[in-house]
Amino acid sequence: MDYELDGNSFPADEEGYLTDITVWNKELADLIAKDENIEMNDDHWEVVNFLRDYYEEYQIAPAIRVLTKAVKKSLGEDKGNSKYLYELFPYGPAKQACKIAGLPKPTGCI
Amino acid sequence: MAEEFDDEFDGPVKRFLFVNRKAPYGTVYALESLEVVLISAAFDQDVSLVFVDDGVFQIVKDQDTDGINMKNFSRTYRALEGYDVEKLYVEKESLDARGLTEDDLLVDVEILDSQGLSDLMDAQDVVITS
Repeated sequence: MDYELDGNSFPADEEGYLTDITVWNKELADLIAKDENIEMNDDHWEVVNFLRDYYEEYQIAPAIRVLTKAVKKSLGEDKGNSKYLYELFPYGPAKQACKIAGLPKPTGCI
Repeated sequence: MAEEFDDEFDGPVKRFLFVNRKAPYGTVYALESLEVVLISAAFDQDVSLVFVDDGVFQIVKDQDTDGINMKNFSRTYRALEGYDVEKLYVEKESLDARGLTEDDLLVDVEILDSQGLSDLMDAQDVVITS
Protein backbone atom coordinates (compact mmCIF):
# COMPACT_ATOMS: atom_id res chain seq x y z
CA MET A 1 0.00 0.00 0.00
CA ASP A 2 1.61 3.27 -1.12
CA TYR A 3 0.90 6.81 0.06
CA GLU A 4 0.01 9.45 -2.51
CA LEU A 5 0.94 13.06 -1.76
CA ASP A 6 1.06 16.00 -4.18
CA GLY A 7 1.26 13.67 -7.16
CA ASN A 8 4.13 11.68 -5.68
CA SER A 9 3.94 8.07 -4.59
CA PHE A 10 5.67 6.87 -1.41
CA PRO A 11 6.08 3.09 -1.16
CA ALA A 12 4.94 1.37 2.02
CA ASP A 13 4.77 -2.26 3.11
CA GLU A 14 1.50 -4.18 3.50
CA GLU A 15 1.04 -2.81 7.01
CA GLY A 16 1.56 0.79 5.96
CA TYR A 17 5.14 1.37 7.16
CA LEU A 18 7.21 3.47 4.76
CA THR A 19 9.82 1.32 3.07
CA ASP A 20 12.31 4.21 2.74
CA ILE A 21 12.63 6.17 5.97
CA THR A 22 14.50 9.02 4.26
CA VAL A 23 11.45 10.16 2.24
CA TRP A 24 9.51 11.08 5.40
CA ASN A 25 8.25 14.61 5.97
CA LYS A 26 5.59 16.27 8.12
CA GLU A 27 2.93 16.31 5.40
CA LEU A 28 3.45 12.61 4.85
CA ALA A 29 3.17 12.06 8.61
CA ASP A 30 -0.18 13.88 8.62
CA LEU A 31 -1.37 11.69 5.76
CA ILE A 32 -0.29 8.44 7.46
CA ALA A 33 -1.93 9.65 10.69
CA LYS A 34 -5.19 10.33 8.86
CA ASP A 35 -5.07 6.77 7.57
CA GLU A 36 -4.78 5.67 11.20
CA ASN A 37 -7.72 7.90 12.17
CA ILE A 38 -5.48 10.18 14.18
CA GLU A 39 -5.70 13.96 14.03
CA MET A 40 -2.17 15.09 14.88
CA ASN A 41 -1.84 17.63 17.71
CA ASP A 42 1.20 18.89 19.62
CA ASP A 43 1.12 15.89 21.98
CA HIS A 44 1.19 13.45 19.07
CA TRP A 45 4.04 15.38 17.47
CA GLU A 46 6.01 15.33 20.68
CA VAL A 47 5.97 11.52 20.71
CA VAL A 48 6.59 11.21 16.97
CA ASN A 49 9.57 13.58 17.18
CA PHE A 50 10.82 11.72 20.21
CA LEU A 51 10.75 8.48 18.19
CA ARG A 52 12.60 10.10 15.29
CA ASP A 53 15.32 11.20 17.71
CA TYR A 54 15.44 7.76 19.32
CA TYR A 55 15.87 6.14 15.91
CA GLU A 56 18.56 8.63 14.93
CA GLU A 57 20.46 7.79 18.10
CA TYR A 58 20.03 4.00 18.23
CA GLN A 59 19.03 2.99 14.67
CA ILE A 60 15.99 1.02 15.86
CA ALA A 61 12.36 1.65 16.70
CA PRO A 62 11.90 0.81 20.39
CA ALA A 63 9.49 -1.77 21.82
CA ILE A 64 6.60 -0.24 23.76
CA ARG A 65 8.07 -0.92 27.20
CA VAL A 66 11.33 0.70 26.18
CA LEU A 67 9.55 3.64 24.59
CA THR A 68 7.50 4.24 27.74
CA LYS A 69 10.60 4.20 29.90
CA ALA A 70 12.53 6.50 27.57
CA VAL A 71 9.63 8.97 27.35
CA LYS A 72 9.38 8.97 31.13
CA LYS A 73 13.06 9.77 31.41
CA SER A 74 13.00 12.66 28.99
CA LEU A 75 9.43 14.06 29.14
CA GLY A 76 8.44 13.14 32.69
CA GLU A 77 6.07 10.76 34.45
CA ASP A 78 2.90 12.45 33.20
CA LYS A 79 3.78 11.33 29.67
CA GLY A 80 5.98 8.31 30.30
CA ASN A 81 3.15 5.91 31.07
CA SER A 82 1.13 3.46 29.00
CA LYS A 83 -2.21 5.16 29.62
CA TYR A 84 -1.09 8.52 28.25
CA LEU A 85 0.58 6.95 25.21
CA TYR A 86 -2.38 4.66 24.44
CA GLU A 87 -4.75 7.63 24.61
CA LEU A 88 -2.70 9.33 21.91
CA PHE A 89 -2.20 6.19 19.84
CA PRO A 90 -5.04 3.76 20.64
CA TYR A 91 -3.80 0.93 18.41
CA GLY A 92 -0.44 0.70 20.14
CA PRO A 93 1.85 3.66 20.75
CA ALA A 94 4.99 1.99 19.45
CA LYS A 95 3.38 0.57 16.32
CA GLN A 96 1.19 3.53 15.36
CA ALA A 97 3.57 6.30 16.33
CA CYS A 98 6.45 4.57 14.53
CA LYS A 99 4.35 4.27 11.41
CA ILE A 100 3.50 7.99 11.52
CA ALA A 101 7.16 8.78 12.23
CA GLY A 102 8.13 6.91 9.07
CA LEU A 103 10.13 4.32 11.01
CA PRO A 104 10.14 0.54 10.69
CA LYS A 105 7.89 -1.58 12.88
CA PRO A 106 9.38 -1.81 16.37
CA THR A 107 11.74 -4.71 16.98
CA GLY A 108 10.20 -7.17 19.39
CA CYS A 109 6.70 -6.26 18.32
CA ILE A 110 4.68 -9.28 17.28
CA MET B 1 -5.00 2.47 36.26
CA ALA B 2 -1.98 1.89 34.11
CA GLU B 3 -1.90 -1.84 34.86
CA GLU B 4 -4.43 -2.86 32.28
CA PHE B 5 -2.29 -1.25 29.57
CA ASP B 6 0.92 -2.99 30.56
CA ASP B 7 2.14 -5.58 28.15
CA GLU B 8 4.49 -7.30 30.57
CA PHE B 9 5.20 -10.88 29.67
CA ASP B 10 4.51 -13.17 32.62
CA GLY B 11 5.55 -16.54 31.19
CA PRO B 12 8.67 -18.46 32.26
CA VAL B 13 11.96 -16.59 32.32
CA LYS B 14 15.07 -18.36 31.05
CA ARG B 15 18.70 -17.38 31.13
CA PHE B 16 19.82 -16.76 27.55
CA LEU B 17 23.43 -16.23 26.54
CA PHE B 18 24.12 -14.95 23.03
CA VAL B 19 27.66 -15.73 21.93
CA ASN B 20 28.78 -13.40 19.13
CA ARG B 21 31.82 -14.69 17.25
CA LYS B 22 31.69 -13.05 13.83
CA ALA B 23 32.65 -9.66 12.41
CA PRO B 24 29.67 -7.29 12.17
CA TYR B 25 29.53 -7.02 8.38
CA GLY B 26 29.97 -9.48 5.54
CA THR B 27 27.41 -11.87 6.96
CA VAL B 28 24.01 -11.31 8.58
CA TYR B 29 24.86 -13.16 11.79
CA ALA B 30 25.65 -10.15 13.98
CA LEU B 31 22.57 -8.17 12.97
CA GLU B 32 20.25 -11.17 13.19
CA SER B 33 21.60 -12.09 16.61
CA LEU B 34 21.04 -8.54 17.82
CA GLU B 35 17.43 -8.70 16.63
CA VAL B 36 16.85 -11.92 18.56
CA VAL B 37 18.46 -10.31 21.61
CA LEU B 38 16.01 -7.40 21.39
CA ILE B 39 13.04 -9.72 20.95
CA SER B 40 14.16 -11.89 23.89
CA ALA B 41 14.53 -8.77 26.01
CA ALA B 42 11.10 -7.51 24.96
CA PHE B 43 9.76 -10.78 26.41
CA ASP B 44 11.53 -10.04 29.70
CA GLN B 45 14.00 -12.88 29.43
CA ASP B 46 17.27 -12.88 31.36
CA VAL B 47 19.67 -12.00 28.55
CA SER B 48 23.46 -11.86 28.49
CA LEU B 49 25.79 -11.25 25.54
CA VAL B 50 29.39 -12.22 25.11
CA PHE B 51 31.69 -11.12 22.30
CA VAL B 52 34.42 -13.56 21.29
CA ASP B 53 36.90 -13.84 18.38
CA ASP B 54 36.04 -11.36 15.57
CA GLY B 55 32.72 -10.78 17.38
CA VAL B 56 34.51 -8.13 19.45
CA PHE B 57 34.54 -5.93 16.32
CA GLN B 58 30.73 -5.67 16.61
CA ILE B 59 31.10 -3.27 19.53
CA VAL B 60 34.16 -1.30 18.43
CA LYS B 61 33.67 2.49 18.41
CA ASP B 62 33.51 4.72 15.33
CA GLN B 63 32.37 2.19 12.77
CA ASP B 64 31.91 3.62 9.30
CA THR B 65 29.89 1.58 6.81
CA ASP B 66 29.64 4.18 4.03
CA GLY B 67 32.04 2.25 1.80
CA ILE B 68 30.10 -1.03 1.98
CA ASN B 69 26.59 0.32 1.59
CA MET B 70 25.28 -1.29 4.76
CA LYS B 71 23.47 0.20 7.73
CA ASN B 72 25.78 0.94 10.66
CA PHE B 73 23.85 -0.79 13.41
CA SER B 74 26.59 -0.53 16.01
CA ARG B 75 24.75 2.24 17.85
CA THR B 76 21.90 -0.19 18.54
CA TYR B 77 24.14 -1.93 21.09
CA ARG B 78 23.86 1.27 23.11
CA ALA B 79 20.07 0.82 23.20
CA LEU B 80 20.43 -2.50 25.05
CA GLU B 81 20.53 -0.75 28.41
CA GLY B 82 17.03 0.61 27.74
CA TYR B 83 15.92 -2.99 27.13
CA ASP B 84 17.38 -3.93 30.53
CA VAL B 85 20.11 -5.95 28.85
CA GLU B 86 23.07 -4.94 30.94
CA LYS B 87 25.18 -8.08 31.10
CA LEU B 88 27.70 -7.67 28.31
CA TYR B 89 30.96 -9.59 28.36
CA VAL B 90 34.07 -9.73 26.23
CA GLU B 91 36.67 -12.45 26.24
CA LYS B 92 40.05 -11.04 27.21
CA GLU B 93 42.07 -13.24 24.84
CA SER B 94 39.98 -12.11 21.86
CA LEU B 95 40.53 -8.43 22.68
CA ASP B 96 44.25 -8.91 23.26
CA ALA B 97 44.73 -10.84 20.03
CA ARG B 98 43.26 -7.90 18.09
CA GLY B 99 45.21 -5.20 19.89
CA LEU B 100 42.02 -3.77 21.39
CA THR B 101 41.25 -2.54 24.90
CA GLU B 102 38.07 -1.71 26.78
CA ASP B 103 38.50 1.94 25.71
CA ASP B 104 37.96 0.93 22.08
CA LEU B 105 34.44 -0.35 22.82
CA LEU B 106 31.20 1.62 22.54
CA VAL B 107 29.42 -0.05 25.47
CA ASP B 108 30.41 -0.93 29.03
CA VAL B 109 31.47 -4.54 29.28
CA GLU B 110 32.94 -6.95 31.76
CA ILE B 111 36.15 -8.63 30.62
CA LEU B 112 36.30 -12.39 31.16
CA ASP B 113 39.13 -14.86 30.73
CA SER B 114 38.32 -18.18 29.10
CA GLN B 115 37.63 -19.82 32.48
CA GLY B 116 35.18 -16.98 33.31
CA LEU B 117 33.52 -17.50 29.95
CA SER B 118 33.18 -21.21 30.60
CA ASP B 119 31.56 -20.52 33.99
CA LEU B 120 29.21 -18.01 32.37
CA MET B 121 28.09 -20.60 29.81
CA ASP B 122 27.54 -23.19 32.52
CA ALA B 123 25.13 -20.87 34.30
CA GLN B 124 22.74 -20.53 31.30
CA ASP B 125 19.55 -22.31 30.28
CA VAL B 126 20.07 -21.51 26.59
CA VAL B 127 23.27 -20.64 24.71
CA ILE B 128 22.89 -19.31 21.18
CA THR B 129 26.06 -18.94 19.14
CA SER B 130 26.34 -17.00 15.89
